[in-house]
Amino acid sequence: MSNKIDLTLNINGQDHAVSVEPRKTLVDAIREDCALTGTHIGCEHGVCGACTVIVGGEAVRSCLMFAVQAQGKPIRTVEGLASGKTLHPLQRSFMAHHGLQCGFCTPGFLMLAVNTLEKNPAIGDEELLDVLSSNLCRCTGYQNIILAVKAAREDMRTKEEAVAG
Amino acid sequence: MKPAQFQYHAPTTIAETLDLLARYAQDDGRVLAGGQSLVPTMAFRLARPKHLVDINGVSELNRVRVENGRLCIGAGVRHSAFEKPVEDGPLGGLLASVVRHIAHRPIRVRGTFCGSIAHADPASEWCAVAAALDAEMVAESKISGTRVIPAREFFEGIMTTALHEGELLREVRLPILPKGTHAGFAEYSRRAGDYAIAMAVATYRLKNGMMSDMHIAVGGAEAAPRRLPEAERTLIGRPPNFGIFQAAGHAARQAVDPIDDPSIGADYRRGIVRAMVIRALESAAS
Ligand SMILES: Cc1cc2nc3c(=O)[nH]c(=O)nc-3n(C[C@H](O)[C@H](O)[C@H](O)COP(=O)(O)OP(=O)(O)OC[C@H]3O[C@@H](n4cnc5c(N)ncnc54)[C@H](O)[C@@H]3O)c2cc1C
Ligand code: FES
Ligand code: FES
Repeated sequence: MSNKIDLTLNINGQDHAVSVEPRKTLVDAIREDCALTGTHIGCEHGVCGACTVIVGGEAVRSCLMFAVQAQGKPIRTVEGLASGKTLHPLQRSFMAHHGLQCGFCTPGFLMLAVNTLEKNPAIGDEELLDVLSSNLCRCTGYQNIILAVKAAREDMRTKEEAVAG
Repeated sequence: MKPAQFQYHAPTTIAETLDLLARYAQDDGRVLAGGQSLVPTMAFRLARPKHLVDINGVSELNRVRVENGRLCIGAGVRHSAFEKPVEDGPLGGLLASVVRHIAHRPIRVRGTFCGSIAHADPASEWCAVAAALDAEMVAESKISGTRVIPAREFFEGIMTTALHEGELLREVRLPILPKGTHAGFAEYSRRAGDYAIAMAVATYRLKNGMMSDMHIAVGGAEAAPRRLPEAERTLIGRPPNFGIFQAAGHAARQAVDPIDDPSIGADYRRGIVRAMVIRALESAAS
């Protein structure tokens, strides 16, 4: 017995028509039905943050949402960060500061950090640390992730100031 | 795909929600609010509801309003709504300090206040606040109509509440704390964002320098959060100071019957209860 529902998921500005059971989580639909495997799955119960994507402007755990609930909302995944061959400042910062080793947690951290810095480019160190404590990394020991996000924050700030001139 | 199959319903009004719940409740139909507790439970297949009634599209439920001296929190209101004070007085401040202890940002933007109350995890911060402030839970169904359930009758045990099958917890009402009310919260957990081992909420007012209107509740330590009259009595009519806070902490330690699990023994939890009551009082006083 299958009770598939037809829906359209808008991911990184592109519509994906999919047919999924209601029990399919958003992360499964993104990976299996939209073939965007940049978003990772770790625990599948909300603890690790590997599946973090931005839905309707908020970073969320995509393993704790059903795909059907994301219909009509803009979804952003790690594939949408770079423009063409140019990496997003946060991606560059993760490279420069060794913010990853195996890279499994990286897409989740990137989406969490991008959402946080876009919403509050002037976020303080303490609050930033609190936000980043949401996701797990088994490799880096976190220090370089924190360093990378802080550096990107400064980078994005100076750019804004330059524009404001 | 981990969760078992279910049928999905997406009502847009409260009336429609109640209709769907009436129709499907006997068939293990449930409310899907933020999904931050329900979906993990379904992923483990500890829950296999046959029907989910998703209330995320019911915009009437998304409101926080002040009415008759109460803060009324609709079933759609997310944890993150409390990060900035929802109200200018001590209550808004208390809720803003408490919410920082609930999980993490990405969970707070989905999970709801009422979902926490309905789920009734012993270590839920909102449940401890609801118990401390004698919250009123407004439940509604087509069968029993609207019922207002006081906190002391609502929390029955670990994840067990007075809600009937098919009832929607439509809103929770918290009394607005009068100006000058001292309010404090403290919790202890092993890692940031983890469920707490124990927590305490304390509020009081000062009359001629003496404490009155004393409310102390403890969460996380027992199967359900509750006020501790033994600890409250220690403080009434006394001036706030560290010595008397310690006495209240000691009374709380004696009064609780803590959960005893393999990783955290009852005695250890009792000690944490004592410390949290003292810290909540200190934070209220400061
Ligand atoms: C990693 C992680 C860490 C967490 N840490 C904490 C923490 O530290 N403290 C804490 O308190 N919580 C924590 N949570 C849980 C989180 O706060 C949930 O949001 C909350 O427990 C449930 O709210 P919800 O809106 O997500 O409800 P759901 O998950 O949608 O529902 C939970 C249950 O309540 C029922 N329900 C929900 N709303 C209603 C309603 N209006 N009427 C009737 N029934 C209803 C549902 O049917 C279901 O049975 C954590 C969750 C995760 C994933
Ligand atoms: S896979 Fe979603 S939080 Fe771990
Ligand atoms: S880099 Fe390996 S888990 Fe974070």
